[in-house]
Amino acid sequence: MLTDKIIVAENLTKKFGDFTAVDNVSFTVNRGEIFGFLGANGAGKTTAMRMLCGLSKPTSGKGWVAGFDIWKQSEKVKKNIGYMSQKFSLYKDLKVWENIRLFAGIYGMKDKEIAVKADEMLNRLEFINERNTLVKQLPLGWKQKLAFSIAIFHEPQIVFLDEPTGGVDPTTRRQFWELIYHASGQGITVFVTTHYMDEAEYCNRVSIMVDGRIDALDTPAKLKQQFGVLNMDEVFQQLARHAKRSG
Amino acid sequence: MVTVQNITKQYGKTEALKNVSFSTGVGEIFGIIGPDGAGKTTLFRILTTLLLPDSGTAIVNGLDVVKDYKQIRNNVGYMPGRFSLYQDLTVEENLNFFAAVFNTTVKENYYLIKGIYKQIEPFKKRKAGALSGGMKQKLALSCALVHKPEVLFLDEPTTGVDPVSRKEFWEMLKDLKKQGITILVSTPYMDEAALCDHIALIQLGRIMSINTPQQIVAEYRNKLYATKSESNYRLLKQLKLRSDVASCYISGEYLHVVFKNNTAPFIENVEIHNIQPTIEDCFIQLMGVNNVDR
Repeated sequence: MLTDKIIVAENLTKKFGDFTAVDNVSFTVNRGEIFGFLGANGAGKTTAMRMLCGLSKPTSGKGWVAGFDIWKQSEKVKKNIGYMSQKFSLYKDLKVWENIRLFAGIYGMKDKEIAVKADEMLNRLEFINERNTLVKQLPLGWKQKLAFSIAIFHEPQIVFLDEPTGGVDPTTRRQFWELIYHASGQGITVFVTTHYMDEAEYCNRVSIMVDGRIDALDTPAKLKQQFGVLNMDEVFQQLARHAKRSG
Repeated sequence: MVTVQNITKQYGKTEALKNVSFSTGVGEIFGIIGPDGAGKTTLFRILTTLLLPDSGTAIVNGLDVVKDYKQIRNNVGYMPGRFSLYQDLTVEENLNFFAAVFNTTVKENYYLIKGIYKQIEPFKKRKAGALSGGMKQKLALSCALVHKPEVLFLDEPTTGVDPVSRKEFWEMLKDLKKQGITILVSTPYMDEAALCDHIALIQLGRIMSINTPQQIVAEYRNKLYATKSESNYRLLKQLKLRSDVASCYISGEYLHVVFKNNTAPFIENVEIHNIQPTIEDCFIQLMGVNNVDR
């Protein structure tokens, strides 16, 4: 397997009873790229993402993430990725610093290393004065920026972001993407889902899932050209409009 | 139809709403546009008589939200942000239940919900908890409409919903508007603002601007420019270092830039052109002016 492909999915399929949630999906993600994983509600994004994170076994097909087989080495997969979602990302009743220590500790980092890196990170985010603030007291945008920084704190090869910017104000949403660009510049691959179509434009490549399949995968520029439209919203509308499972 | 005057609400030290005032016309779609934490849900809970304001008054349909709360509850429909129907009742049972609570029948006002309910009717024997997100949304809207309310409050009906379903939902709202129902709808998606008759832009409990979407765009204070390059992130960092740049941020495939003297300088190998702002550009500018960027 080539080392410049951080995700390789070959005919990945997941069935729940007679329902095929993910239907024979094949694609690759390049190391260091920002990869947008789009699709209508119910298209199978979450199921696909759970298989790639080692949380759910495929019914058939193969997959490698960060060089590890999602069938045989799911524990190794988990150690080499970061994950953040909109719904759950941090423990609200723990302080900022306690959240950092908890997650870094789970990934096996040493206390000394955590302490040095935590200060460095909080300084960079201009959060150093919030070190001892309970996470529930932070505004949503700050929480999401912090959650992202914690998700990549153990320097994973790839980070999975599940709708990280939902409901975040337009300015903070953009600051969040600047963090993504920065992480990508450091060599971390970013795999991100979003319902904001302007954010699809920020990705190097974008895939669009419809009814369990990947119906399109390319750079935003090429997708727009292929569909003869001006923005990613129209690309999405054309592909997902006829989805049987949407809604 | 809905008139709000100087409504203020605090939770402990947090000012959820600060001196909020606005009024809507009859039979219009009025959008409350703002991110999470702006105060949208608090406002909707006050207007639907579920929460008392600390101060200020609000009139819904000629009735006071504090004094006449019982009457208001009969006249308005409310779809909360979180799915609040009975998950262990079927689609049909939920609808019948809400009709019965309001002393009416599904049959009586069927014409009103027909367009929406028809889409989920094939699943009427399914438990509400087993529906997909889009179907839950349609059922919740049907239940909020079944007693033929004069004012409909929809709190973030499209949050987390994909762009295709969002578009469909707004088509349904347009049809309801034709029936003469006044609709107050909140959303964090700025692109939905254009579909409203009037909008209020809200952030941190304060209304920053109220107008028609067109007028809000017309009132944008600066000339806005768009530019792009092979690497927008690199260009963004370059532009932010320039002394003549007032603000610069990513926006789809472009960067949006405001220059201090409102004219674009010549920058070698960079194409810059003047553009019309969107509601999101207006929101970003107002956040800056109000200094509530956090």
